[in-house]
Amino acid sequence: MLSFLGMDSLGQLFAHIPASVRLATGLDLEAGMSEPDVAAVFARYTAANQGQITNLTCYAGAGAYDHEVPAVVKMLGSRSEFVTAYTPYQPEVAQGVLQAIFEFQTMISRLSGLPIANASLYDGATALVEAVNMASGATGRQKMVISAGVHPHWRAVVKTFARGTGHDVVEVPLVDGVTDWASVDATGAAAVVGAYPNYLGVLEDMTGAKALATASGGLFVLCADPVGAGVLKTAGEWGADVFVGEGQPLGTALSFGGPYLGLFACTHDQVRRLPGRIVGETVDSNDRRAFVTTLRAREQDIRREKATSNVCTNQTLMAVTAAIQLGWLGTRGLAEVATRCAQGAHYLFDRLVAIDGVEAVSSAPFLREFALRLPRSAGGVLEDLVAEGILGGLSVEALTAGADPSIEGDVAKVLLVAVTERRTREELDRYADVLGKVLS
Amino acid sequence: MSQPGGRAASAPLLGHETEPTIFELSVSGRSAYQLRTTGVPATPLADLIPSAHLATTPVSLAEVSERDLVGHFTRLSHRQFSVDLGAYPLGSCTMKYNPKFCDAVAADPGLNSVHPGVPASLCQGWLALLVDLEEKLCAITGMAAATLQPAAGAAGELTGLLLMRAYHEANGDVRRRVLIPDSAHGTNPASVTLGGYEVTTIPSNDRGLVDLEALKASLGPDVAGIMLTNPNTLGLFEEEIVEIAGAVHDVGGLLYYDGANLNAILGVVRPGDMGFDIVHMNLHKTFATPHGGGGPGAGPVAVSSRLVEFLPGPKAARRDDGGFTWATPAHSIGRMHGWHGNAMVLARALAYIDVHGGDGLERVAQYAVLNANWLRERLRATLPAAYDRVCLHECVLTATPLKEAYGVRGLDVAKALLEEGFHSPTVYFPLIVEEALMFEPTETESLQTLESIAASVERIAERAKTDPEALHHAPQTTPVSRVDEARAARHLVSTEDAATR
Repeated sequence: MLSFLGMDSLGQLFAHIPASVRLATGLDLEAGMSEPDVAAVFARYTAANQGQITNLTCYAGAGAYDHEVPAVVKMLGSRSEFVTAYTPYQPEVAQGVLQAIFEFQTMISRLSGLPIANASLYDGATALVEAVNMASGATGRQKMVISAGVHPHWRAVVKTFARGTGHDVVEVPLVDGVTDWASVDATGAAAVVGAYPNYLGVLEDMTGAKALATASGGLFVLCADPVGAGVLKTAGEWGADVFVGEGQPLGTALSFGGPYLGLFACTHDQVRRLPGRIVGETVDSNDRRAFVTTLRAREQDIRREKATSNVCTNQTLMAVTAAIQLGWLGTRGLAEVATRCAQGAHYLFDRLVAIDGVEAVSSAPFLREFALRLPRSAGGVLEDLVAEGILGGLSVEALTAGADPSIEGDVAKVLLVAVTERRTREELDRYADVLGKVLS
Repeated sequence: MSQPGGRAASAPLLGHETEPTIFELSVSGRSAYQLRTTGVPATPLADLIPSAHLATTPVSLAEVSERDLVGHFTRLSHRQFSVDLGAYPLGSCTMKYNPKFCDAVAADPGLNSVHPGVPASLCQGWLALLVDLEEKLCAITGMAAATLQPAAGAAGELTGLLLMRAYHEANGDVRRRVLIPDSAHGTNPASVTLGGYEVTTIPSNDRGLVDLEALKASLGPDVAGIMLTNPNTLGLFEEEIVEIAGAVHDVGGLLYYDGANLNAILGVVRPGDMGFDIVHMNLHKTFATPHGGGGPGAGPVAVSSRLVEFLPGPKAARRDDGGFTWATPAHSIGRMHGWHGNAMVLARALAYIDVHGGDGLERVAQYAVLNANWLRERLRATLPAAYDRVCLHECVLTATPLKEAYGVRGLDVAKALLEEGFHSPTVYFPLIVEEALMFEPTETESLQTLESIAASVERIAERAKTDPEALHHAPQTTPVSRVDEARAARHLVSTEDAATR
């Protein structure tokens, strides 16, 4: 090949790069290893991860849940035609991914109760960023009124992005675990953002938030749990203009936090400001049904500096997986998963608050997750539970990185507990027994 | 017609039958799901949750059996081109083969069954992995430290711009503009706007490189920095990079390296040595993590020492006792991701780096560049290069001769190549080249495959002479023929329920 180019060394291909910046002795990395040797290196990483839920019974949540993912979803979702394709720029040879996304969009539209869903975003947190950016574009305003019940990490990400956009983020504190919307002046708000359930698991009545958004003329953005939508009112039914959600519970493993799946849906009014990709149905030149990414004029590669979002990829593989998982669950399956989460969570809640010194953070209703105030540090209690084979939840102090308007009083003692449909009564009883012992 | 090389012409069922949607396959009452027997009391939901919260009718989804589910998605997969199926010389996207070993690593429950919120004591292996990856990415790019949080290249770009902003603000320095060459990816200017800066476009010179004099004329104390891809989107190395870096640094600006084309220079030259202060990497390109049909990706950002204190946090860090912990840099810009980034993608990339090592990564760049130059030279008579000299990992060719002689455009060539069993190159980008066809064969395609691609292009060019009309209607042998994009945009039908459907 080199002689075809009139060259006799690979180095000649790079001869035009100034010698002053070229690496003289190669990269400062070890030499390549065989796959079995690298596997041995990775075995050391995995052995050091004591928190695998294959070893521990999982009650950790906060947006990342231990749901059933059956073999059929794992296998279909790992088909190499889906895994090793690129963004469907050439629709003639990308109908598989395009149609799967169309089906995903339909499912998310129905779960959200809103007519337009995109092809997904990076994760729930960045989906919320896109929602507030959309609200700013729609209203020409900068003020974002956000419930402190929105996941602490999501609020943190919104604040990071606001360094560039200049958005003014106003957090609304919680009282008894419920957003105190009356405490905030939402005048001039671009968006009013609520969470359903909020990150403490509480199901808040969203009527007040909607009224506040309407009165201020801003968009009502609702962060909601896609599994909850199996039994709860949808974002659309609460009057949301925009729905965002974390799609991990729809078939994706815990994966140490990523890749996950940002869910995004909105009203027809906002479609021209929709971030990310959207797939539409059309026909080919022989009048057969075909799918294609559409409304491309919104996107960054065309609008460049005038674009309202810089997103070019989504999380297609996770979206395809979510479509397969929701196909597996079907109408009844999703409702049953949500119901079983609620039954398990309430069963465990009743047993845990019966323990001396343990009390609920909120008296409001919940679905599958709840916050407890313990008599001592939640971090310490979690360590004691791990010794008994139980990943007992998450420390809210660790989640919020300290003081936070979502928690009144000593945040260090607050434990967040999630229950999915995978937890048996025997496991729940054991958790209660062990916690009682640990605290006595 | 039998040809060696990575054509997908034999792909089963890249056929013509339309696949019904899953909703069209749905039969009421059918189901696939099975849940664990738990023994938890089946208390009615209405006794647990106030009715004000409960839906009156359940959300309707498709109802199918497992067999129907498998049939449907398998048939959809047969209507999809992929790297595993055939060559994918899509310029600027680095669609190289993704080693299966890296996927196997990521499928290990020791990594993927760890909850992201567990205390550091329970995820020491993950923290060690992230620290090791960060150090290796810094060794590859010549930088001091990195964040692994950004979920994709565009997220990495914005992270870099926010770092730029934080750095200037910490110096009490208000700056307004970011310079971008006219050959840049569209993401760059969009990210600049979201970073709160204005874009100043720098023209290219007649060699396809940044016009140094125009650059100098645009520089001033209000310039926050410049975003450059090197090699640039024409596949050409910015040979005056040292002068560019000097000029930007002289006015107090920072240099941002868009790592979209990092594959070209692995082990040859490092962004840090060229004078860059901020580098984002597309792990899904350079480090072969599969693209997943458009994500997940991962876009870590590495920085020079003066920017380390601003990096997003928390990030994995070594403890003095040999263990690992989370730590947030002193003046961190904050979080860029809901958790720690696309962790499973990061693990795949580390496995790829370890298998290749320093020597193997250098060979990656050498062979990628060799392949691109071979293809450029081989197609010289058919599709001339926009800039006729040695390129790096990709070559931008032009279909202008075919357009002028036969009215056959770059898009026609790209679509006809689909019929030949190859994915198309990138068309009409960069914007500064007429009838651009950007080929990036990558290092993983063989000489036989490159020869096969070239033969296909030549066959298409021959057809342009004899039957140009047919090329306007290509492809015909793919699952669907040319798609009516205008109709899709005019009458948006983005769900099964769309009113206009």
